[in-house]
Amino acid sequence: MTLSREKKLWMYRKMHEIRNFELEVDRLFKANLIWGTCHLSVGQEASAVGAIAALDEKDMITSTHRGHGHCIAKGGKLPQMFAELLGKETGYCRGRGGSMHIADLEMGNLGANGIVAGGIPIATGAALASKLKKDGKVTLCFFGDGATSQGAFHEAVNLAAVMKLPVVYVCENNLYGMSVPFKKASAVENAADRAKAYNIPGIIVDGNDVEAVYNVVKEAVERARKGEGPSLIEAKTYRWLGHSKSDPRVYRTREEEEEWKQKCPIKRYRQQLISEGIEEEVLNKIEKEVEDEIKKALEYAQNSPEPKVEEIMEGVYA
Amino acid sequence: MAEKLYIEALREGLREEMLRDENVFIIGEDVGLYGGAFGVTKGLFQEFGENRIIDTPISEAAIAGAAVGAALCGMRPVAEIMFFDFFTIAMDQLVNQGAKNRYMFGGKAKVPMVIRGPMGCGTGAAAQHSQSFPAVFAHFPGLKVVMPSTPYDVKGLIKSAIRDNNPVVFVEHKLLYWTKGEVPEGDYTVPIGKADVKRDGKDITIVAGSIMVRRALEAAQKLEEDGIDVEVVDIRSLKPLDLRTVVSSVKKTGRVLIVEDDPISYGWGAEIAAGIAGSEAFDYLDAPIKRLAGLDIPIPYNPNLEKHAVPQVPNIIEAVREVLR
Repeated sequence: MTLSREKKLWMYRKMHEIRNFELEVDRLFKANLIWGTCHLSVGQEASAVGAIAALDEKDMITSTHRGHGHCIAKGGKLPQMFAELLGKETGYCRGRGGSMHIADLEMGNLGANGIVAGGIPIATGAALASKLKKDGKVTLCFFGDGATSQGAFHEAVNLAAVMKLPVVYVCENNLYGMSVPFKKASAVENAADRAKAYNIPGIIVDGNDVEAVYNVVKEAVERARKGEGPSLIEAKTYRWLGHSKSDPRVYRTREEEEEWKQKCPIKRYRQQLISEGIEEEVLNKIEKEVEDEIKKALEYAQNSPEPKVEEIMEGVYA
Repeated sequence: MAEKLYIEALREGLREEMLRDENVFIIGEDVGLYGGAFGVTKGLFQEFGENRIIDTPISEAAIAGAAVGAALCGMRPVAEIMFFDFFTIAMDQLVNQGAKNRYMFGGKAKVPMVIRGPMGCGTGAAAQHSQSFPAVFAHFPGLKVVMPSTPYDVKGLIKSAIRDNNPVVFVEHKLLYWTKGEVPEGDYTVPIGKADVKRDGKDITIVAGSIMVRRALEAAQKLEEDGIDVEVVDIRSLKPLDLRTVVSSVKKTGRVLIVEDDPISYGWGAEIAAGIAGSEAFDYLDAPIKRLAGLDIPIPYNPNLEKHAVPQVPNIIEAVREVLR
């Protein structure tokens, strides 16, 4: 599949937005300016962006606790995201959700999720709704390698396979479920191997190659849209930072981390684009624009009002 | 007005809502051709087809989660859980997802779904197919909980539950399915969050729910022979809870007995008792508030033991006499 220049630059920009957003959040955490916890996806930008690039705008996603990247790629607005992390009234969830619950229903983002595998049945239900309504939408369901050991994963994937629902399951295998290596959590070598149990395609892809991810997800999305049922895609990748803010990373070596940093999905894509003839100035300009955008978004969030305690009961029931 | 079985009235309500709104569908185990383990959905598969009466694998978490996801996307799913005990297998999707979505998304999402199933003992199904624990769900902000006791209420409440924009836990009792009562033809609703005085009386108030409403009414009839005039309040909804109807009844009678089908510890009767004690009805009480509920045991198999695990009519009569003594 040949991608347009416009699409390629969009992917480059989105990966930058994610990287810069996450690094800014990391900085804010270390400076004690953000409350609670959060899970950063630095190093995993290509799987989020490549997969979502394969969707139409009307399509939907479900996300995970490591979900900022999915949200940004699906059109999430940085000011509202920063505001949510700062617990502000102008945040996506009016400061009620925080990092793990950002949803943007208008953009088709059915929500990040604090429960590992929690979004998998929900994505399956969204796909069921599309099948019943015949609205032609596909739901892309993100989860990590750890989620494939949850019962909800198996129940939902089996149901979708039996009913041939328009859903694409994307496992971002970053090699560790918090601290436990995937090989200690799974008797099969690859998460994609689990697809055999449900008689659906199981595809492994280099999760740090944004166009490779795009290509396999695109094919799975088309298959789903045609009514041929779900696929399970495993994007092999790596999270550069700890599981959450308080992770000393005793379960892996600094050498291993360095090795993966050499496979940086953004640097790699930059080199690819330049070799394809895209001017460096164009890429530099994107980088600069993203930097400014991040700065403005954070300012917006910092200047936003706190939620009012008098409104604490709002929004429990419709 | 025609007399109908509870199960027929429930089915009629489901059917009418499916005809009324094409976004309504039923999903669960054996709900299709088989018609549901207890026969609630019998005939609906033939009428509405496999796209709207959906048989699933034995996967309660996926059933509940698929309902949440479909509801988030504008459908109005009705998920059947075969036995109330199996709600525990669907807990994450119901409690961490469906119930919390709206609030944690900043009041933006709607989850208009119903999840229903039969609780209760009395069929010899033993510990894992007999427990009543509706109060558990009333503890989770974001959920509504109803437990109709009559054919009239079950039809009216299933319609309200399906039209509601929140997840509603719809609690049936197996022994109610084959009970009869008057049910009008056509469309009507019973509001969620409204208790109902099922019998007027002046000597004592019995607050009961689900199957215990029937038993309380039977007890009241027997007590009437001894000149004891019992008022029976059917709580009907656990969340939202209609304390006002309870309080005004207790102000009238000055005595109250709460009868539940669940194990007594931390049951919904404690919530009612606390509500009465903290209300203006407190000053009208002529006797301590009394609770009668299930024993704190898993439901036993032996029929005689099983009968003793939850209140029966003679226990209610005895408890009323105790409060009046």
